[in-house]
Amino acid sequence: MTDTTEIDPFAALQDKEPPKPPRSQWLDVWDQFKKHKGAVFGGVFLIFITLAVLFGPYIWTVDPQNLDIRNKNVRPIWAALFDGDAKTMWSRPFGTDNLGRDILSNMIAGGRASMAVGWTAMLLSLIIGTFVGVVAGYFKRLDGVLMRLTDLFLSLPILPLLLVAVTLFRQPLRANFGPEGGMFILIVVVVGITSWMQTARIVRGEVLALKEREFILAARSIGTTNGAIIRRHLLPNVVSPIMVSATLGLATAIITESALSFLGVGFPSDFPTWGKMLADAVPRMEEFPERVLLPGIAISLTVLGVNYLGDGLRDALDPRIRGR
Amino acid sequence: MLTFTIRRLILSVPTLLFISLIIFMLLQLAPGDPMAQVPLTVPPEVKQKMREALGLGAPIYIQYLKWLYQFFIVEPQFLIDWMTRETVLFGWLPDTQLSMVYDADLQRLVPQQRVISWQTRSAVMDIVIQRIPQTLWVVGLAYIVGILIALPIGIYSAYKHYSVFDQTGTFVTMIGFSIPPFFTGPLLIVIFAVTLGWLPSIYDTTHTVNDWASFKYQMQQMVLPVMVLALQTTAQISRFMRASMLDNLNQDYVRTARAKGLKESVVVLVHVLRNSMIPVITVIALGVPSIFGGAIITENVFGVNGIGQLLITALFANDIPMVMTLTFIFAILIVFFNLIADVLYGVLDPRIRYD
Repeated sequence: MTDTTEIDPFAALQDKEPPKPPRSQWLDVWDQFKKHKGAVFGGVFLIFITLAVLFGPYIWTVDPQNLDIRNKNVRPIWAALFDGDAKTMWSRPFGTDNLGRDILSNMIAGGRASMAVGWTAMLLSLIIGTFVGVVAGYFKRLDGVLMRLTDLFLSLPILPLLLVAVTLFRQPLRANFGPEGGMFILIVVVVGITSWMQTARIVRGEVLALKEREFILAARSIGTTNGAIIRRHLLPNVVSPIMVSATLGLATAIITESALSFLGVGFPSDFPTWGKMLADAVPRMEEFPERVLLPGIAISLTVLGVNYLGDGLRDALDPRIRGR
Repeated sequence: MLTFTIRRLILSVPTLLFISLIIFMLLQLAPGDPMAQVPLTVPPEVKQKMREALGLGAPIYIQYLKWLYQFFIVEPQFLIDWMTRETVLFGWLPDTQLSMVYDADLQRLVPQQRVISWQTRSAVMDIVIQRIPQTLWVVGLAYIVGILIALPIGIYSAYKHYSVFDQTGTFVTMIGFSIPPFFTGPLLIVIFAVTLGWLPSIYDTTHTVNDWASFKYQMQQMVLPVMVLALQTTAQISRFMRASMLDNLNQDYVRTARAKGLKESVVVLVHVLRNSMIPVITVIALGVPSIFGGAIITENVFGVNGIGQLLITALFANDIPMVMTLTFIFAILIVFFNLIADVLYGVLDPRIRYD
């Protein structure tokens, strides 16, 4: 009486290949990120600028400090297009300034300073902000104190205080670390300790929510110490807001450094930065507009790129937006 | 709501005191001698006397308390005296003599010691009061212009999400967000003042308005600084406006309103806009102090002699009382507008009740 309809009893037990290879979370993030054209442009431009200022001095080997007074006020090469009489030289593609210093190599050196200040100050403010945020979110006893401190810092007038600090502490730091080193430390520290508050607030909010989740409870129930919970379980989960605020921090740090240089309280006069080149060029911008435009465009494009990168990262790292 | 406001007001007092302490200590730590400019022929004992006259001989905490007393008690007294003496509004009241104290040696009333600028040897607040109108005109107008441009852009680009207008608007606001004012300033000067010659490049603060031509000139010279400041404001606020509108446009109550057969303009401009304005208004309030800070650079570029430029010159001249007072005024602005933003949030959004 056995029926002939064949039921393959093993079909359910067979371990079939999954139709698609499994995708990691970061691949999804990358796919979403690629959709944001501006963000891709921003990322590529940031990488390009960073590489250019890192390796530029080895490719374009003209000394930025070299005073070539015979070839001063050379116009950039494209000035010859609309003005045949303009003084241009192929060996000085971006022209020279009023002391005969090559503008291309100055741009590279200035970008080095701006990017170095930007990255270091951003890292410093991230470290402070993440530390304060995690401690405030995780340890209830410190929460009140630390958040009041954050509020206090948020109500400080940042730009006036920056100006005060940089003008007043220039001399002693210069004496101890040399004119450039002292100024670098001063600007980085001052920008770092006045821009960590947003990161701290965001991280605290995330940590407060994460702390109540089951996996933290599980970790605690097997006897994980507080330090290990923070390192192994909390920090990896707050990486995405930290990355987004990192991009914002980089943009602010670059702008702040340039603003300080522009107001004449930044690096010493023979040390080029984009802000200082721009400030030096302003009095003669009617005759030589390119000297204002070049550093100005460099600052603006870098900041624009970083801001777009931040926008794209925020969209890509947000699971609610991803895949839409 | 009232209790919340009062509690916040009281809480802002220690905040301000703490900020003033931070600024004071920062300035104390800094090296620099106000007597550095005095000629070397002046004998040291005279220099010592001059130092004491500036209040420098006393211990630090006495100097700090004295500054607090002068800023919070003496200066308002001078203000009240001035108002009852010279203004129309309070001039009918009998003249007050709050700021005067009886001097036993001279046998008459003498004015109290005020916060004195080391640069000019005149009262700091007098100079600040002279400079504030210039800043307020430029900064205030720029802020209003920026908001008026930003709101329609934000509303329309959220309504036409992903349209060409939205894409362009987002791109332009991103650019406005990224280009620093110390670049837009010179750029606009090159374009409008140098190449086209339409507008003056330097702001002339001695210019007085008494007829139509001078009024026109005043407007012309305000265009460039206002444009620079308004560009930044527009960028920030229209981004917020767009995001806030986008949040609200997908809500259920919007569908209900449309289902009721309301006109599209009513749905967007009444229902959605009113709800979207709640966070935007707080952002507008929070942005006021930061635009004062940003005006430091713009004033420097265009030569507007407002309080930002006053701060820079005071800093370079090592004029500690002036720097202290100005920085503290910026801090008061921040704390005050934070308070306003918090209170407004509660007033506008009935779901948020603080007490």
